[in-house]
Amino acid sequence: MSKRIEVNDLDVYYGKFKAVEGVTLSIEPRSVTAFIGPSGCGKSTFIRTLNRMHEVIPGAHVDGEVLIDGDNLYAPGVDPVLVRRQIGMVFQRPNPFPTMSIRENVLAGVKLNNRRISRSDADDLVEGSLKGANLWNEVRDRLDRPGSGLSGGQQQRLCIARAIAVQPDIILMDEPCSALDPISTLAIEDLIEEMKKDYTIVIVTHNMQQASRVSDRTAFFNIAGTGKPGKLIEYDDTTTMFSNPSVQATEDYVSGRFG
Amino acid sequence: MTPSTASSVREPRVKAKQRPGDRIFAGSTLTAGTLILAMLAAVAAFLVIQSIPAVTTDPGEIPILAGETFWSYVAPLVFGTLWSAALALLMAIPVSIGIALFISHYAPRRLAQGLGYVIDLLAAVPSVVFGLWGANVLAPAVQPFYSWLTETMGWFPLFAPPASGTGRTILTASIVLAVMVLPIITALSREVFLQTPVLHEEAALALGATKWEMIRTAVLPFGRPGIVSASMLGLGRALGETMAVAMVLSASGGINFALLTSSNPGTIAANIALSFPEAFGTNVNVLIATGLLLFAITLVVNSIARWIIARRKEFSGAN
Repeated sequence: MSKRIEVNDLDVYYGKFKAVEGVTLSIEPRSVTAFIGPSGCGKSTFIRTLNRMHEVIPGAHVDGEVLIDGDNLYAPGVDPVLVRRQIGMVFQRPNPFPTMSIRENVLAGVKLNNRRISRSDADDLVEGSLKGANLWNEVRDRLDRPGSGLSGGQQQRLCIARAIAVQPDIILMDEPCSALDPISTLAIEDLIEEMKKDYTIVIVTHNMQQASRVSDRTAFFNIAGTGKPGKLIEYDDTTTMFSNPSVQATEDYVSGRFG
Repeated sequence: MTPSTASSVREPRVKAKQRPGDRIFAGSTLTAGTLILAMLAAVAAFLVIQSIPAVTTDPGEIPILAGETFWSYVAPLVFGTLWSAALALLMAIPVSIGIALFISHYAPRRLAQGLGYVIDLLAAVPSVVFGLWGANVLAPAVQPFYSWLTETMGWFPLFAPPASGTGRTILTASIVLAVMVLPIITALSREVFLQTPVLHEEAALALGATKWEMIRTAVLPFGRPGIVSASMLGLGRALGETMAVAMVLSASGGINFALLTSSNPGTIAANIALSFPEAFGTNVNVLIATGLLLFAITLVVNSIARWIIARRKEFSGAN
């Protein structure tokens, strides 16, 4: 578990439109890395290339390579389905499957992977995953209720439980708290802090306090203008990025002078 | 106002301002809603009143019953109606879901649009045309296959010999019905499938679902109430279809599960259409009574479908 990510000169396209250009960075295992930047700068697009989710949109493709512990995700013959089984993702809006119970939601990924699982193993996995997502105590007596009946913050933690139930190496979070209230946000941030022990975590956020609170390293993305590709401007330790960045644009952004 | 005085002094509630536009609109929707109930009540009242003589008159005095009781007259028709409609749905639902999924999730956008139009067009074909096609094209075409089936698979009760010489059996009628209900079920299912939230599809894909697994975990469960509703609309059409069945099916026999023989049960609607021109007096009442029964069957089937949908309401994603 927990693998290292290396990105080499990655360009992302939607059809002919180049959305992200020339990103090179490396992310350490057992760390939290935050992507910040103004809307439309390509940080969400970029994070989705790390588990090949951007390919869901017709016409989207990349140039360059993404290495997970040295294995290129974009090498010929790599199955995106298998990639996504090793790299979990949590989305902007909580999206538990509405037709499934809490328990079924947690087990959804495991069942997909065609693993036969005994009832007691399933019980253990549900308990472990929900504990891992700090949700167990809140839902232990209503595992057979629909997941959509939970509050927004609980739903998002259910999604995290669902993601960690398949024991991925890396967890990507695309603005996981942007639809949540401050208390739920705090719960997720605490959870991220704990999960860091076991996973490589990458988080996109619009909230700079959040980036400074949860992340070890921060990457700042920006665009020169509408229609231009987004670029990685600066990537460094979070403390450096927020106190003493080396690029003027980063300083302007983190100090709130623009964006 | 403090809580202590709230209980003692109650001000009259201020009514929200009524705007004429709102009132007119509310009134017209109320009228429309009442109208449908009134029409339904009128039809039901007509059926009930006209049906009474069919049950109260001595069966010997009603020529169409040929000495039987009303119930033994109508039983094969009820069976034929349900059996043919069930067969039609059995064939139509899987194909419809397949077409709908192809249009919503597999076909390139342009092809999907074209296919959507064709399906809608199919729904607009009059049932007489389907009847002509079934009787003159389909029945002769499938007859040799029926013969072969009875010879090789005759041990299977559904394919019991002898095969009909014309091919105008209940199976042929069901195939025609299936073609007729296909567009309805397909069009509605497609709409539901297209409305599956992208969020849920992505959730499944991000867990490492293949396309088919994504459809199974996100699209189909989400669309289930829609599929049931669509099937019920299709079933309504299959139960009530008159012209096509009257033209295709050569009805003669009683209750009989064999699909390929020449002794087939008729259906209520087709029987009314075929018998009505020559009916008079109490014969008409008997036919109307069978119509009432069809009405009741449709009602019961629809209620069952509603119940199926409501049973899993909290898992529907509507909350």
